[in-house]
Amino acid sequence: MELAGQTWVGQSVPRVEDAALLTGRGRFIDDLATRPGTLEAAILRSPHGHAEIRAIDVEKARAARGVVAVLTGRDVQALTSSMVVGVKAPLECWPIATDRVRYVGEPVAIVVATNRYLAEDAMDLIEVEYGALPAVIDPLAALEADAPVIHPSLGRNLASDRSFRYGEPEAAFAAAPHRVEIAVRYPRNSCTPIECYGVVAEYDPGEDSYDVLANFQGPFSIHAVISRALKVPGNRLRLRTPPDSGGSFGVKQGVFPYIVLMAVAARVAGAPVKWIEDRLENLAGAVSATNRATRLAAAVERDGRITALDWDQVEDCGAHLRAPEPATLYRMHGNMTGAYAVRNVLIRNRVVLTNKTPTGLNRGFGGPQVYFALERLVQRIALELGLDPLDVIRANLVPTAAFPYKTATGAILDSGDYLGSMEAALLEGGHAELLRRRDAARAEGRLYGIGYTAVVEPSVSNMGYITAVLQPAERKKAGPKNGAQATATVAVDPVGSVTVHVASVPQGQGHRTVLGQVVADVLGLRPSDIRVATDMDTVKDAWSIASGNYASRFAPAVAGAAHLAATRLRDRIARVAAGQLNVRPEDIVFRGGRIGSASNPENAVPFTRVAAATHWAPGTLPEGLEHAIRETVFWTPPELAAPTEADEVNSSLCHGFIFDYCGVEVDRVTGEVRIDRYVTMHDCGRILHPGMVAGQVTGGFAHALGAALYEEYSYGADGSFQSGTFADYLVPTVMEVPEPILLHRETRSPVTPLGAKGVGEGNCMSTPVCIANAVADAMGLADVTLPLVPAVLASHLHPAETAPKGRPAATAPALSGARQLFGEGTAEVAAPAQTVWDMLLDPQTLQTVIPGAHGVEKVSDTHFKADVTLGVGPVKGRYRAEIHLADLVPPRSVTLSGETSGALGFGSGRGFITLTETEGRTILGYRYEAAIGGKVASVGGRLLDGAARFVIGQFFASLARHAGGQAGESRPGVFARVRRLFGGAP
Amino acid sequence: MKPPPFDYLRADTLDEALDALAAAGPDARVLAGGQSLLPMLNMRLVRPTILVDVMRIGALRTVEARGGALEVGAAVRQVELERRADLDQTQPLLAAALRWVGHAQTRNRGTVCGSIAHADPSAELPLALVALGGEIRLRSRRKRRVVAAETFFAGSMATERRDDEMIESVTFPLRKPGTGYAFREIGRRHGDFAIVACAALVDATSARLAIGGVADRPVARALPLPGPDLDEALDGFAWSLEARDDIHATARYRRDLVRRLGRQVIEEAARCRG
Amino acid sequence: MPRLGADRRHEVRFTLNGRPVEGEAEPRMLLTDFLRHVLGRTGTHVGCEHGVCGACTVQIDGAPARACLTLAVQVEGAEIRTVEGLAPAPDRLSVLQESFRAHHGLQCGFCTPGILMSLDELLSRRPDASEDDIRHQLSGHLCRCTGYAPIMKAALDAARRLRGEGETAADA
Ligand SMILES: Cc1cc2nc3c(=O)[nH]c(=O)nc-3n(C[C@@H](O)[C@H](O)[C@H](O)COP(=O)(O)OP(=O)(O)OC[C@H]3O[C@@H](n4cnc5c(N)ncnc54)[C@H](O)[C@@H]3O)c2cc1C
Ligand code: FES
Ligand code: FES
Repeated sequence: MELAGQTWVGQSVPRVEDAALLTGRGRFIDDLATRPGTLEAAILRSPHGHAEIRAIDVEKARAARGVVAVLTGRDVQALTSSMVVGVKAPLECWPIATDRVRYVGEPVAIVVATNRYLAEDAMDLIEVEYGALPAVIDPLAALEADAPVIHPSLGRNLASDRSFRYGEPEAAFAAAPHRVEIAVRYPRNSCTPIECYGVVAEYDPGEDSYDVLANFQGPFSIHAVISRALKVPGNRLRLRTPPDSGGSFGVKQGVFPYIVLMAVAARVAGAPVKWIEDRLENLAGAVSATNRATRLAAAVERDGRITALDWDQVEDCGAHLRAPEPATLYRMHGNMTGAYAVRNVLIRNRVVLTNKTPTGLNRGFGGPQVYFALERLVQRIALELGLDPLDVIRANLVPTAAFPYKTATGAILDSGDYLGSMEAALLEGGHAELLRRRDAARAEGRLYGIGYTAVVEPSVSNMGYITAVLQPAERKKAGPKNGAQATATVAVDPVGSVTVHVASVPQGQGHRTVLGQVVADVLGLRPSDIRVATDMDTVKDAWSIASGNYASRFAPAVAGAAHLAATRLRDRIARVAAGQLNVRPEDIVFRGGRIGSASNPENAVPFTRVAAATHWAPGTLPEGLEHAIRETVFWTPPELAAPTEADEVNSSLCHGFIFDYCGVEVDRVTGEVRIDRYVTMHDCGRILHPGMVAGQVTGGFAHALGAALYEEYSYGADGSFQSGTFADYLVPTVMEVPEPILLHRETRSPVTPLGAKGVGEGNCMSTPVCIANAVADAMGLADVTLPLVPAVLASHLHPAETAPKGRPAATAPALSGARQLFGEGTAEVAAPAQTVWDMLLDPQTLQTVIPGAHGVEKVSDTHFKADVTLGVGPVKGRYRAEIHLADLVPPRSVTLSGETSGALGFGSGRGFITLTETEGRTILGYRYEAAIGGKVASVGGRLLDGAARFVIGQFFASLARHAGGQAGESRPGVFARVRRLFGGAP
Repeated sequence: MKPPPFDYLRADTLDEALDALAAAGPDARVLAGGQSLLPMLNMRLVRPTILVDVMRIGALRTVEARGGALEVGAAVRQVELERRADLDQTQPLLAAALRWVGHAQTRNRGTVCGSIAHADPSAELPLALVALGGEIRLRSRRKRRVVAAETFFAGSMATERRDDEMIESVTFPLRKPGTGYAFREIGRRHGDFAIVACAALVDATSARLAIGGVADRPVARALPLPGPDLDEALDGFAWSLEARDDIHATARYRRDLVRRLGRQVIEEAARCRG
Repeated sequence: MPRLGADRRHEVRFTLNGRPVEGEAEPRMLLTDFLRHVLGRTGTHVGCEHGVCGACTVQIDGAPARACLTLAVQVEGAEIRTVEGLAPAPDRLSVLQESFRAHHGLQCGFCTPGILMSLDELLSRRPDASEDDIRHQLSGHLCRCTGYAPIMKAALDAARRLRGEGETAADA
C-alpha cells in the first residue's frame, strides 16, 4: 500500500463497518446483552383515531403469567411532566394517553413481563372502554369552525399561525403581467427504516437517575426534553446508543417518547425494561413526515422571471406537537425561494393538529413539501406562459457570480454554479436524446413526459431556525438560540495508536470509515491505523444539543470538527517531534506513519513513538506544552446566527445544488408509471468518499420514488389507519427502483472545514416532484397528487363507464376515504311478513340468527345487547354488540343499527330492512352501510369488504332459514346455497 | 407481534392429523407452509388451540399426473411445482400463475394446497384452479369428498371445507390440445397480492375468463371469442363482480382492468392455441 | 407423533451452520427469536414479522425462507444456515460478502444478512443466474438505505467471480 503523500479523503476505500455487518456480527440494540432480570414490555395502543377513554381495567393483565407491572397513562403522569412543546400555546404533550386517544397507535397501557410473548398475552387481557369521538384527518378541514377539537385546552386545532413578509411582495404582484397560482397537497409518508425502535431503560432509586440505551439518532437537544419530562437534571439521564443502528432517515429521533415510557416502566417494575418496537407499532405509531396543504402564487414577468412568491402553508403535525416540531415547517425557511433569485416573498405558516400519528424528522425534512409546490409551480408557469420549462428555470436560477447569495428570507447560499451544473447535466445526461425518445413515443401514441427540477439542498441546520415560529418579541423573551455545535475528539494511547470519537450517531452512513480517512490524512497514517467510535454516552462523551445524525451534517460539520481536532493534536505532536528531532515545528511533516523533517527526510521517527511521549515521559515535553494526548473540538459556524428582528433566518449552513430530469411513460391501459430514465446532478461540495455519496443518492432516490409512486399512510375519515402492514404501506423493492444516472460537480463550500456539503436528503426533495412533473407532462394534467396511484391516473385515461340498469352510479374514486362498506341484497323467506317481523324483534330469534351470538339480552323493545363471535375464515374474534331498532313500520320496514367492539377492532353499521309479502312469502330487502376500524382494518383492510359481506350475508341467511327457508345440515353448505339465493354468485 | 399460545402436533401420518382435527374441531388449524398462517398468528388475528403440522406426512408429498390432471398433495411446496421441468408444457396457466405467488422465499415454504385452503380472494392459485375447473379433495376421519373449485370458494378466506376436514390434494386439469392459455396480473408492486388477475382459456369455440382480486373469491365465466360481442360481455362480467374500493385501487379501476386486460388475455390465449 | 403442549418448553434440535444445536422453545416461539435469543445468533435480523421485509431470511434445508414465519419447532432436525455461516473463516469473507463490501452493497447492514442468504442460494443453485433472475430473487427483500443499485452491482459481480470471470472491481 502506497503510504507516502497519499491522501485518503476523496477515495472510495472499503468501509471498516462492513466486515462485521456482513458476517452477522453487527451490534444493533436487540443484539446486545442485557442485565439478568431484564424485563420486556409490550404497549397496548389505541384502535381509535379519536375517542375518550372511559375506563381501563388492567386487573386481569396484572394477574397474568409472568407479568411484573402494568402501567396506564395515569401511572406515567404521576412520575413525569408533559414533554415541552415548541410553540407558545396551551398544549401538553404526553407520551401516553390518559383520558383521550388522538390517533390510532397512541399508547394506552404498558405491560412489563418476563418476556415479550407473555407481555403480549397479558396485553390481550386489558379491557379499555372507549367512547368514540368524531375525528378530523384533513388539515384544512381541521381549521374549520365546526371541526372536532382534538385538544380541548387549545380550544381549536390551529397550534400556530405566523405571517412573514420580505421585500415588497404586494408591489411586485401588482406590477407583474402574470400571476400563476397552484394549490397542492403533499401526502403523509415515512422512511420506515428496516430496524424499528428499541429502548432498554433502568432506574436507580438511590441516585434518582435513569440509564437508557436507545437507538436514538439525535438531535441531542431532545436529551433536555427527556430529562425534563422525567423530572431529573440532565446528568441523571444517561443516554447511550448502540454501536450499530439499522437505518433511521430521521425516524429514530422519534423514539424519545418511548424513552420516557420505558424509563418510567423500569422505575415502576423495579428492574431494567427492554422494549423493541414491532412493525405494526412502527407503522401506526412511529413518527412520519408531515403532510401539507400549500397554496403558492407567483408574480411572473413575460420571460418567466418570478418577481414574488406568496406562500400559504398548512402543516399537519398529527395529534401532538412533538419536539422538535413544527421544525419541518421552518427547516426550509431561509430557502423558500429554492434555487431561484426571488426578492419578494410573503409566507403564511399555519400548524394544525389532526387525528394522525405525530410527525417528526424524516429524510428531506420539509424539503419535499416545499419543492413539491415550488417546482410544480415552475412547470405551470412554463405551461401558462407557453415557455420551455428549462427557460423558466434558467431565467430564475441564482446567478453564478452572486455567491455567496443571501436569499430574501435570510439564508446565505454559500457557493455554487447552478446554471453551469444545469447545463452540464443536460449535456452529460443525454437530454437531447431524451427529447427524441419522447417525440418518438408520442408519435406512436404513447404517453411519455419529461419532468425537471432544480433544488437547493440545505444541510447543517441552525438550531435557531425553529424559533422563527415565535414572534420576534417572544423570541427575545426566550433568549437567543442558534448555531450547530459539532464535536470531535482525537486521542492517542500509550502505544501511540489513534482513537477518534464523534457524537454523530450514524445509522449506516459509514461515518467511521470517513473519519478514518480524514484523520489519517492529517496525521500521515493509514485509515486502518485509526479506530473510530461513534456510539454515544451522554455521561462520558463530548456532545452538545446539535449532536446527532440529521440535517446531513456529518460531512460538512462533524468530519470538519474531526479534521480540526486531528490538526490541533498534530500541531501538539509536531512540537514534541520538533524537540526530539531538533528542528523547528514548522519544518515537521507527518507522512507514511512517520514524523520527520521536511527538509531532511532521513531525520524521522515513527509516529507512534512521538505520539506516545506524553504518556511515558511528560517531563520531556517542550516548554509550555501540557500534553499531546487528546483534543476535543467544539465547532460551530459563525454564519448560523439567530433569526433577526425582521425574521430573516440562515436556517442552514451550506447549500448543495441538484438538477434532476426524467422521462416517464404512463401505460394507457393500467395507468402504471414506468421511469424510462432518471438523471440527477449533484453539487455537494467536496466529495469525501465517492462510493458513499453515490449510496446516499441512490438510497435517497429510492425513498423519493416510493413517495412519488407508492407510499402513503392512509387514514379513513373516522381516523382509522389503513396502512398497518408492509403489504399495505408499499416500500419499493428492487423491481420498482430503476438505477438513476448520477452526475457531479464540485463547488467547495467556503464555510465548512473540508469544503463538503450535505448530500443525504437532496433526492427526497427533488425526485418526487420531478416524477410528478413528468407524469403531468405525459398526461397533460394540471393537477397531480402523490403518490401517483395507477387507479387515479387511469381514471383520467379511461372514458367514464355506464352502470348497467338497476345499479347505483359508480362512486367517485375514494382512495383515501373511510373504510366504509356498503352493500345490499334481497332474500326470500317462506313465511308471511308478520312472522318475519316478529322474529326481528325477538331476542330468542336474534340469538339464533345473529352469526356467532352467545347471549342476546333485551334491554328494551328496541335495544339489545349481545356477545358475538365474528369471523372471516380463521380470523375469529369475540365482540360485544349493541343493537338498536328504529323507524319501525310494522311489518314493513325497520332500521337496525349496531355497534361492536372487541380485541380485533370495532365496527358500527346500519341496515335498512324492508319486508314485502307476496303469496305467503316475504321478500326481505336490505341495504347496509358499515364502518370498521381497529386492528383488522389496519392490517386486513384488503380482505374486509368480502368479510363484512360474508357476515352480513350470514345474518340474513340464517334469518331466512329460521323463518322457514330450508334448514341446512352444517354451516358451510348452507352459506354457499344462501349465497346463491342472494344472487351473489353467477 | 408474537403468536398466542397453542399446542403443536407434528403429524407423521394422515390419520394422526385427521384425528387431531376431529378432536379439536374449529379450534384446530392445519399448519402447512405457514406463509399465511404465521403472519396471522404473529398479528394475533387467529387463536387456534392446536396447530397440526402436516408437512412430514409422506403420503401428502406427491405430485402426480394422471387422468388428464395434475394432482398435488397437501405437503407439496409451491417451489416444487414451479421447478417441475415440464410444467410450462403440461399446464402453462399454472406455470404462469405460480410465478406471481409472493416471492421465491415464500414459495420455498408455502404449499399449493395451503393457498387453496386459505382462499385469499386475490391469490393466484385459487384463480388458476377455478379457471381450469380443477377439484379439491377433502378428507376427514369419516369421509372423503371431492369438491369442484367453482363451488369450493365461498368468500373472502371462506371455503366449503368443514372444520374436521383437510385438503388432501388438489387437481389441476392438464393442458388440452387446441386450447390456449394466458395469465396476467396487475399489482402495486411485484409480489403483491393482485389488484386484478386474469386467467383465460380459449379453444376453437369458446373462451373462459377467470378473475381474481375483484370479487370476494375467484370467479370464472364463459365469454364469446374475440369479436364484436366480447366487449359487452366483459362489461357485464366486470359489473357482476361487485368490485370495491380499497387503498390500492378503486372499484372502477378494477372494472376497467377486467374489461381491458380481460380482452388482452383472451386474445393472447387465442394466439397461444396450438 | 409428539404433541407439544402450549405452555411448556420443548427441546428443539437442528443443525446450524453445520453444527448440531439444541435449545428449548414453547411451540409458539418463532425461529427468529430462537436463533437470536435462545441460541445467541443475532446475525439474523427482524424487520417486520409478517414476511415482507426479508431481513430474517435464512436457509432451511438449503432454501431461503422467512425465519419470522417459521416456528422453531417446525425445523426440528432440519439444516439451517444463517449469515454467521457464510464466511469461510472468521477473518475472511466469502466472494459474495467481498463483493458487497467492494460495491457498497450495504449501508446500515440491517437488511444485508437476509439478502446474502437469498443470493448465496441463488448463485450456488444457478451459477449462470441472469440479472433478471437476481432481481426476482431480491424482490422479496426491502432495503431502505441503498436504493438497490449497489446491491445489484455487488450481486452481479459476485456471480461473475463465482463463475471464474474476473475479479471484484470496486467502483472507485
Ligand atoms: C410476503 C408474502 C407475500 C405473499 N404474496 C402472495 C401472493 O402474491 N399471492 C398468493 O397467492 N399468496 C401470497 N402469499 C401467501 C402464500 O405465500 C401462502 O403460501 C399461501 O397462501 C398459503 O400456503 P401455506 O402452505 O403457507 O399455508 P399456511 O400458511 O400453512 O396455511 C394457510 C391456511 O390454510 C390452512 N391450510 C393449509 N393447508 C391446508 C390443508 N392441506 N388442508 C386444510 N387447511 C389447510 C391453514 O390452516 C391456514 O388457515 C404471500 C405471503 C407472504 C408472506
Ligand atoms: S422479519 Fe421476516 S420478513 Fe420481515
Ligand atoms: S442497508 Fe440499511 S436497509 Fe439495507
